[in-house]
Amino acid sequence: MPSITDALLSQVGRKILSGLTGLFLLFFVIFHLIGNLAIFGSPDAMNAYSMMLHDFGPLLWVARIGLVIIFVVHAWVGIAIWLRKRKARPQDYKVYSSKGDPSRQSLSSRSMAFTGVILIIFVILHVNTFALGDTGDVVLDGRTTHDIKTLVVDTFQDPVYAFGYAIAMVLLGTHLGHGIWSAFVSLGMSSRKVSAVVYTVGVAAAVLLAIGFLFIPLYIYFGGGCDAALINCN
Amino acid sequence: MSTMTINLKVWRQKNRNDSGHFEDYTVEDVNEHMSFLEMLDVLNEKLIKEHIDPIEFDYDCREGICGSCNLVINGVAHGPKHKTATCQLHMRNYKDGDTIVIEPPRSAAFPVIKDLVVDRSAFDRIIAAGGYISVKTGSAPEANLIPVPQDVSNTAFDYATCIGCGACVAACPNSSAALFTGAKLAHLNRLPQGKPERDKRTIAMVNQMEIEGFGDCSNHGECEAVCPVGISISAIAEMRRSYMKAVF
Repeated sequence: MPSITDALLSQVGRKILSGLTGLFLLFFVIFHLIGNLAIFGSPDAMNAYSMMLHDFGPLLWVARIGLVIIFVVHAWVGIAIWLRKRKARPQDYKVYSSKGDPSRQSLSSRSMAFTGVILIIFVILHVNTFALGDTGDVVLDGRTTHDIKTLVVDTFQDPVYAFGYAIAMVLLGTHLGHGIWSAFVSLGMSSRKVSAVVYTVGVAAAVLLAIGFLFIPLYIYFGGGCDAALINCN
Repeated sequence: MSTMTINLKVWRQKNRNDSGHFEDYTVEDVNEHMSFLEMLDVLNEKLIKEHIDPIEFDYDCREGICGSCNLVINGVAHGPKHKTATCQLHMRNYKDGDTIVIEPPRSAAFPVIKDLVVDRSAFDRIIAAGGYISVKTGSAPEANLIPVPQDVSNTAFDYATCIGCGACVAACPNSSAALFTGAKLAHLNRLPQGKPERDKRTIAMVNQMEIEGFGDCSNHGECEAVCPVGISISAIAEMRRSYMKAVF
């Protein structure tokens, strides 16, 4: 009987880890988008949301550290799978094509490693820009808090950021297009009927999440969210 | 009856150590009723007459049940027809003047022995690791002694139809053997005769897959599409469930 560690590092264990961490990250992404929608609320909504999160105090740090660990494990498993795939087929085919249905092979499934690596880079830059970025202070309900709204609106005045984010979010959607369904199969979903439904719902969710996320930087770039204003909006 | 001229680009490799290359051939008077392998037979007869080494390829039954043939035709394992092994693929699926690229399955775990023939003993070792049930040999036991519900025996039989051709490995972008291993586990693990050794079998066969150097499954599902008997990737999901049950 293998130890739990050996089991998690086995070929099946790696997929279970990938699926589990992937689903956690999916839930995080959904909640992140819901939080981001505060940009469409009152001028203070985003800063109020940020203050509410900071009010969790040490719990917020537990969540942050947990999230980093989950992200690192997901990325590490993905890279390990990609490296092993290269080793498993040292010589490629001269011609290769999919046989079609019922194959789930797609641009999304074939580009998981590529989109994943770009998303790693994106997340590092994103955290550096917003979570670690310099924010001014703002007074809200008599309390001083981070003025994240100004930082966000200011950042997306730059077309490189606005369109760079939009492209990254298209890649996120591409990653999730295969990833959501794949996570469930990795965790043992074997019913063909359920699988077909999950695939369709997964693709729809991926498209909606990508549109939801990429809409925000473009909305700000084209003049939205400037009500708080402070800065030179486009 | 119409005949065709078919152009071939065939992988030629003298032995395991040779780096190999593609060779162009033209086969004339190809009959549309010929199987793909018969078309290669015709070419080989011509090559032998010209004192050229014939193209080596695996085959045995030529009726889609033995799992010996396993060519990758225009980049698709077993060619364009679904649920069809290479030997059952007919030339009527091609037209006059077509160029067809024929390659062996490409996987580190299936080294090329010669031309289009690969060593698939990695599959044998996965089976040897646990793809069996331990029973006393001798006279067959009374068939009704162990009741098996009809739906269980039907599903087990669906998975048991895996002929071990290796098309799943050939087609998988990761060269994974998850469908083959999953099919064997899904077949044996659900039957009462296979249950006593279920956990040990699952762990041993999954472990052997890793040792043989097959890639991880990324759920592309290409294996199901190329499988000549249509084994579902549900087998892979079942393998993961069995593994979780066995370990955790």
